[in-house]
Amino acid sequence: MATLPQPPMPVVWRSETKPHKFCPGCGHPLVLKALGESIEELGIQDKTVFGCDIGCSLLAWDFFNLDTVQAHHGRVTPVIVGLHRANPRLVGIAYMGDGGGYAIGSQHLVNAATRNEKIMVLLVNNTLYAMTGGQMAPTTLPKQKTETSPYGREPETTGKPTLGPEMIRAIAPDSAYVARGTVSRLPQLKRFIKKGLENVVSGKGFAFIEALSLCPTNWRTNAEETWKFLEQDMHGYFPVGELAPEKGEE
Amino acid sequence: MADKPIVGEKRAFMTGNEAVTWAALAAGAHIMYGYPITPQNEIMHYWTRMAPKYDRGFLQTEDELSAGFTCIGGVLAGKRAFTGTAGPGTILMQEPLSMAEMMRIPMVTVICQRGGPSTATVIYSQQETRLTCFGGNGEGYRLVYSTAGQQDLFDYTIKAFNVAWKYRFPTFILSDGYQSKMREPLTIYDPEERGIKMVETEPLLGGTGIPGVDRDPRHLRNTYNMEDELYQVVMDMDQEYKRIAPEVVEYKAMETEDAELVLVAHGIVSRATEGAVRVLREQGYRVGHFRPITLRPFPGEALKEAVAKARRVLVVESSMGQLAGMVKEELYDLSVPVTGYFRPGEGITAEEVVEQVRGR
Ligand SMILES: Cc1ncc(C[n+]2csc(CCOP(=O)(O)OP(=O)(O)O)c2C)c(N)n1
Ligand code: SF4
Repeated sequence: MATLPQPPMPVVWRSETKPHKFCPGCGHPLVLKALGESIEELGIQDKTVFGCDIGCSLLAWDFFNLDTVQAHHGRVTPVIVGLHRANPRLVGIAYMGDGGGYAIGSQHLVNAATRNEKIMVLLVNNTLYAMTGGQMAPTTLPKQKTETSPYGREPETTGKPTLGPEMIRAIAPDSAYVARGTVSRLPQLKRFIKKGLENVVSGKGFAFIEALSLCPTNWRTNAEETWKFLEQDMHGYFPVGELAPEKGEE
Repeated sequence: MADKPIVGEKRAFMTGNEAVTWAALAAGAHIMYGYPITPQNEIMHYWTRMAPKYDRGFLQTEDELSAGFTCIGGVLAGKRAFTGTAGPGTILMQEPLSMAEMMRIPMVTVICQRGGPSTATVIYSQQETRLTCFGGNGEGYRLVYSTAGQQDLFDYTIKAFNVAWKYRFPTFILSDGYQSKMREPLTIYDPEERGIKMVETEPLLGGTGIPGVDRDPRHLRNTYNMEDELYQVVMDMDQEYKRIAPEVVEYKAMETEDAELVLVAHGIVSRATEGAVRVLREQGYRVGHFRPITLRPFPGEALKEAVAKARRVLVVESSMGQLAGMVKEELYDLSVPVTGYFRPGEGITAEEVVEQVRGR
């Protein structure tokens, strides 16, 4: 069978496990591609350990030519913290969803940030619990309909969407790197990821990057509506950019 | 940096938590992860005082979930990593332990039992026996040593690191608040000088070479898509567990050859029951004693042999029958009645046991 010419993929991209397991139109593979390219450009493939959570992030368990561990829901942060504490030569990446990071695993995220653990947390914000079928997450937007907010999220009773990077910036030491990127601006997201990795490789401090992402399956949106939801609704609520201790990049 | 924590061997008089710490140091444990809870605290206290002198690591985590999961991370990095907890902490620890069970992570966990259910007492109990053996949503593929004093704590803590890394199952020291806090004389030693060779560790992730270039990447998971896939994983684990069980099981049988009554006890309670057997023998009672040292795997065959001539079995424990349940399961096809003297959360003395036996 003739194959179409393929776009260039990072060396860490494991072709044996492609096509990947994410839904068509999902944002995860875009984030992972940016991550893969960053790892390759920094030449850290031999010392990077990738950890993924439970949630759609677990579909990345065999995605890369990287040593990988798939942990429990919310617990990839402590697994990677423990690994890095035991062998500081390793570059540890904890990859998770917004439910994993801001709900069930929030105590781990908060404490890893305050301890300034030299690991990078990469959190994919798709405004809901995707793998379990689209329930409300801490990041669900006001009025957004999900399986457990069928009439739209009511901030009065369920709170306002979590602003993760803002929270981490407030509690992490100045040497931590914090940013929010989006899959609609991939070169910028990649730049953030790279800076985050550099921050941990150099031993400066913690790195936290939230990536605004797409979940057409649970949003039940077509291509046009999907991007509109990301670029209008999500970008409107979640400011994209670096969160510097004193001044931001943009 | 100081050389070896213990040179040669020494007589000592110490608490159980101290004994565990010295054993972990002597065994070459690289790093401890922990969260404060009584009666486990002093393991961390001693460890944090001594670890820097011997270039060992420590992380105080935000809770026991994290202590367990960071410990898994330490093992993945190829280190002899351990943790310790008690009571409500043992409950939280089940989540990481279930992951360790599934992924065959050789982490060592010291359980210092306290009263339950709930927060209960910080003192003593044997009510975490079932949780330590069978906690989690699995089948209990764990190696559990129930110790009966300071010498045991020292010996079996060293052993725990070796069996964990040899067989790759999560391994436990099941202790309790009495053992944690009381002082006893014991001999501490450098394992090497006793001819105990520490099993080498290796990184499970982040080893040498570029993954995908020099070698295949290692992809570790605990999630499976298909029923058949999981069935195979569990059955393979079961087979391996059963294969190693005869090499791992340990027990102590005393005066069982002609015993009409066999007392069964584990952990610190066995000190009282053994004492009771000595007294009762002097008084002419044909009483024997059986102490399982490993509760997982359980020395079932040896127990059957020990009770072969018995007319009754009496299980004595500081819980409402957690050990008795295991004993009954092993003796199901025998007709010997299994009775119990149960004092949940309370210590048991030899005198009490003597009275129990004579009173019947
Ligand atoms: C302890 C525990 N509770 C609940 C679940 C069920 N669960 C599996 S995936 C998931 C949601 C994941 O959502 P998120 O972290 O936002 O990631 P996403 O799937 O959206 O990428 C949940 C709740 C679980 N696996 N473990
Ligand atoms: S459910 Fe959503 S987040 Fe999960 S793979 Fe599909 S599109 Fe991606």
